[in-house]
Formats: sequence, C-alpha cells, structure tokens
Amino acid sequence: MTTLYIVAVGPVPPEPMEWIQAAAAEWFPFPIQRLETLAIPENAYNTARGQYESVEIMKALARTAPRDTARILGVTAADLAIPMLSFLFGQAQLDGIVALVSLCRLRQEFYDLLSDEVLFRERTVKETLHELGHTFGLTHCHDARCPMSLATDIVLVDSKNERYCARCGAYLARRFASFNGAHS
Amino acid sequence: MKSIWPILIVDDEEVMCESMAAWLREDGHRVDTAPNGRRAVEMAQATDYAIYFIDLKMPGGMDGIETMMEIRRIRPEASIIIITAYATVDTAIQAMKEGAQEYIVKPCNPQEISLLVSRILKVRKLQRENAILRKKLSRQYNRFDVITKNARMQEILGLARDIASLRSTVLVRGESGTGKELVARAIHYSGDRASKPFITVSCAALTETLLESELFGYEKGAFTGAGGQTRGKFELADGGTIFLDEIGDISPKLQADLLRVLQERCFYRVGGTEEVRVDVRVIAATNKDLAQLVAEGKFRDDLYYRLNVIEIKIPPLRERREDIPLLAEHFVERISHELDKEVSGISSEALKVLIDYDWPGNVRELENAIERAIVTCRNGTLEEGGFSALRVGARQPWTVPDLPLAELERQAIVAALERRSGNVKEAAAALGIDRSTLYDKLKRYEIRR
Repeated sequence: MTTLYIVAVGPVPPEPMEWIQAAAAEWFPFPIQRLETLAIPENAYNTARGQYESVEIMKALARTAPRDTARILGVTAADLAIPMLSFLFGQAQLDGIVALVSLCRLRQEFYDLLSDEVLFRERTVKETLHELGHTFGLTHCHDARCPMSLATDIVLVDSKNERYCARCGAYLARRFASFNGAHS
Repeated sequence: MKSIWPILIVDDEEVMCESMAAWLREDGHRVDTAPNGRRAVEMAQATDYAIYFIDLKMPGGMDGIETMMEIRRIRPEASIIIITAYATVDTAIQAMKEGAQEYIVKPCNPQEISLLVSRILKVRKLQRENAILRKKLSRQYNRFDVITKNARMQEILGLARDIASLRSTVLVRGESGTGKELVARAIHYSGDRASKPFITVSCAALTETLLESELFGYEKGAFTGAGGQTRGKFELADGGTIFLDEIGDISPKLQADLLRVLQERCFYRVGGTEEVRVDVRVIAATNKDLAQLVAEGKFRDDLYYRLNVIEIKIPPLRERREDIPLLAEHFVERISHELDKEVSGISSEALKVLIDYDWPGNVRELENAIERAIVTCRNGTLEEGGFSALRVGARQPWTVPDLPLAELERQAIVAALERRSGNVKEAAAALGIDRSTLYDKLKRYEIRR
C-alpha cells in the first residue's frame, strides 16, 4: 500500500499540519505519514522579489519522496511565486505526485487584518484539497464553491466550500477505485 | 474539463516555461513549451495553437518580435501575447504594431493571466461557432447551388460570376424546372450584393392588382383592407436583387410601371404620392419566347430591351443528360438526409431509366422523382421499380408513322397531357408552346383533359 506523505518545508506551526493531515485523511484513502521537516532549498529564494520559487521547492519535494509515495504534500509558510506570476497559494503536478501549499497568504495578517484562526483553518483545508486534487488529475472546476475552482485572490478562496462538489467528488471516487499503486 | 485550445509558451528559461505550463495545465489547458523562436515556429507549423505566450527577450537567434512575426505569417488567426520583464512603452508599441494581441509584464497577477486567457478563448469559441454557422449557411445555400459538368452550364456559371457585381439587368430564359432561380441566386450571391436581400416574386401567381401592390407596396387606405403603409418587394430588395419570375405573364400596365423602375430607379407606392428611390438589381426569368411576344404585340419592346441587357439561356435537362447521374446522386444524399432515411444510392438499372427519360419538368421533376423513390424505398438502394411512373415517358426508339400532320400533333398533345396527369402548364412546356397556344389546340382537336 502506498502512502500519502505530508512534509513541512521550513518552519510551520503544528496546528496547520494537523488540519491538513485531518483533511487528507477524510478525503484520500491512503495511509498518511508525516516526514521530517524539509529545509527550504537555498536556491528557491528570489532576492529581487523577496519570494520563493515554488518550482525549486517542488523539485526538492520530489527528491525527498520515499519509494512508496502515493503523493507528497509540502506545506510552507514561505510566500511562493513563479517567474510569470506574482504569487501562488500553492502548486501541484497535474496527475503527478508532488503538491505544495503556502500558508503565507492564507493568514489574515498578510492582508493587515486581525488574526482569524477559524478562517485560517478553513483556507488551509480548501487549499490542501485543491492541490491534492490536482495530483489526482482534477483540473479547475467551474463551480466557484468547489475547492477545485481557480482562486486568484483570497476572496475567491473564502467563497469555496471545504468539500468537493459532486462532480469532482465522483471523479475522485472513480479514481481511487482504480488506484493500484504509486504514481497512478 | 480539457480545453480543446492548445497553448504554446516560448521562453529560453526552462523554469519560466515549465512553471507557467504547469499553472495553465491546472486550468485544463493543453500546454506545450518551446525553448526558442525557431523551435516555436516548427511547432506552430505542426499544431494550430490558440494562444502563444512569447518572451520578448530571447538571446541568440530569433527574438520575441521576430518569432511573433513568423508565427503570425503561418497562423494569422492565432492570439499572441508578448511577455517581458523589461517593460518599455516602445517595445509594447512595437509588439502591438507587429500584431501582438496583448503585452504583459512579468511577474503579473494570476487573475490577469486567467482573465486574459479566458477572454481570448471566449473569442476563439465565438469565432469557431461563427465558422460553423457560416458553414451551415453555405450548406443551405448549396441546396440552391447549380450542380453540373455540362460545358454549356459551366459557361453559364462562369458568366454568372463575371456579371455578379454589375448592376445590369439580366434575363434568364429556360423551360420550367431548369433552375432559372438557382442561376439568379448564383449571380446574386457571387457579387457585391451578396449580403443584401435576394427577393423573389412569381409574377404569374398573382393578379395584376395584387402584383402591383406586391411589387411597389401601398399606402394606408390605398384600397379596402390597406390598413397601414406596406413596403413592396422593390423596397425590401433595396441594395440587393429582385428576381421577377415568369416576367412574360405581366400585364401591359405593370410592364409600363416596371419599365419606369428600370429607367428611373424610382416608383410610387400604390395610393402614394411620394417617390420612392431604390437601388435594386433586376433579374427576370421566363420560359416564354419574349421576342415572339414582342412580335405579337403582347410584350413591350422597350421593356424587353431593358430586361434583355444580359441574356442567359439555360438548356433543358434532356440536353445535358451527363448531369443526370450527378444531380440524382446529389438529391439522394440531400433528400435522404432531410427525410432521415438511410439510402446509399441508385442501382445502375434505375440510373439508366433516369438517363433515358426526357424530363419535361427538368431538374425539378428529377428532384421530385428522387424524393418519391426515397419515400417508398425499403432496402436502402433506389431500384428501377421506384421510378415506374417515369417508364411511360421513357425514351423509346420510335419511327414516325404515316399520319396526317394534325393527327400527329393531336397524339403528341394527348401523350404529353397523359404523362403529366393533365397539367397544361407542364405539358405546354414539354411541347415547347405556351399555355394559351395549348388551350387553342385542345379546343381545336376537342381534347378533354
């Protein structure tokens, strides 16, 4: 049986890791294990932008993945970006094994607002479901309430539910029924 | 859901290409990447990408603008977005001048890219739908298209194209069912007036009064029942073409009115005092010998010369038998589709019957015969039996018996009427005489229909 691994990339508080683990356990039928915290690769930091290149972190995650990996989800407090885009809430290999969630822009404090743990937890769960969904082949959903819908700002994240829509849920169920090993 | 519109990202930085491609793939797009302009051009030749993201600065070889121009040459419909980290107004203007649809400065907000891509794809989708509709429309038009391999008909179609954009009046002559209206449509839709109305009026179908108000419209109160101002066919055809079928049947008064429209391009509505100006091309058609009618004093010679600026004479189907298999095949395909009936074709025996028949009702009669055969067809192929109604009239080798001329004429008239269930119009057309002449002969020979 292959395993869904969750790994903190750089310092991450314990609560989000627990929320993420609970959400993954609820939706994905794999044994779930935490790996040791992974240091953020030095070459991921873009000094000009003060952000981290998600591609470099994802490469590091792929190198870290144990042999029995079904999926590996990295969780980071770093602010992610790619050369073309000014920021990312997270990134995943479509139908691949690596997913990455950034907590940075999910916190109210990022927007100079008062901390809201409930909101932060909800956003973290939604983003977890979104990136892991991509690794199982789900593309963006047209239902704005589905966690698989595209969110280009935090307001759109907040308008999502914490559960997949019927179409995406059914797709995952079919996918899991035929799941027969790593990288499937 | 997978998008049917592929996207190509052209950038010398692999991380830029791959990260952007991964992000777009999450949105369901098919995304390819190219590390330089040369490779991008090769890929554009092989695949019709809907959107090209091209980095402006690419060291060595083709830069972004050159790549864009080359792709634009191969794929003029493609949407090209120039990406640069070195935003200057000059490069932006140059890129847009050379045909870039958008110009973005990296890094940009994900929302900006997302909206840009969906906006472009929405336009592509509309363009595609438009193309499908146009194709459907053109298929509808093909319903009226002239199908022929006959040299004379090819000449006629060539002439129709040559005169399509002229304003000159055209007189189309030919027996009933030869496709006079199709030729008129071909003229209209091949020329500058194609996007304007093509209005048909059957002059023989209406009485003089009705035809007058039909052609010129009428004012409120012009006659009993004229409740409001109504535009006539000439006004409806403004900018386009009016097709006056069976022009030989119009009354002397209407001949005078029509002459005035042809000469002065203006007319009065029935009951009206205000002159109405129109820009209408007139195509008239007749199965009668207008010159003969002029000689008999039944048709105005000045109108005849006005109408007969360009004359097209369509040969009857019996004079272009090589078109019969072609037309039959076309009608089988079209009518079986319309009737939703699976018919694969016509047997060689049945085709021989069709080729041998004289088709007095011409192409229209052939079309009707095929439709009748399809309706009664049971085994997917039109057999000889499906055309049994035609066998009576099939060409038979015959010798002219020694009979008085009048008796021969009487027999020919009887046979022509029998074949057409007593239809005088069709029988007259088949005999090459007009209806009134046939009536005279029916009376003389005491033939009852």
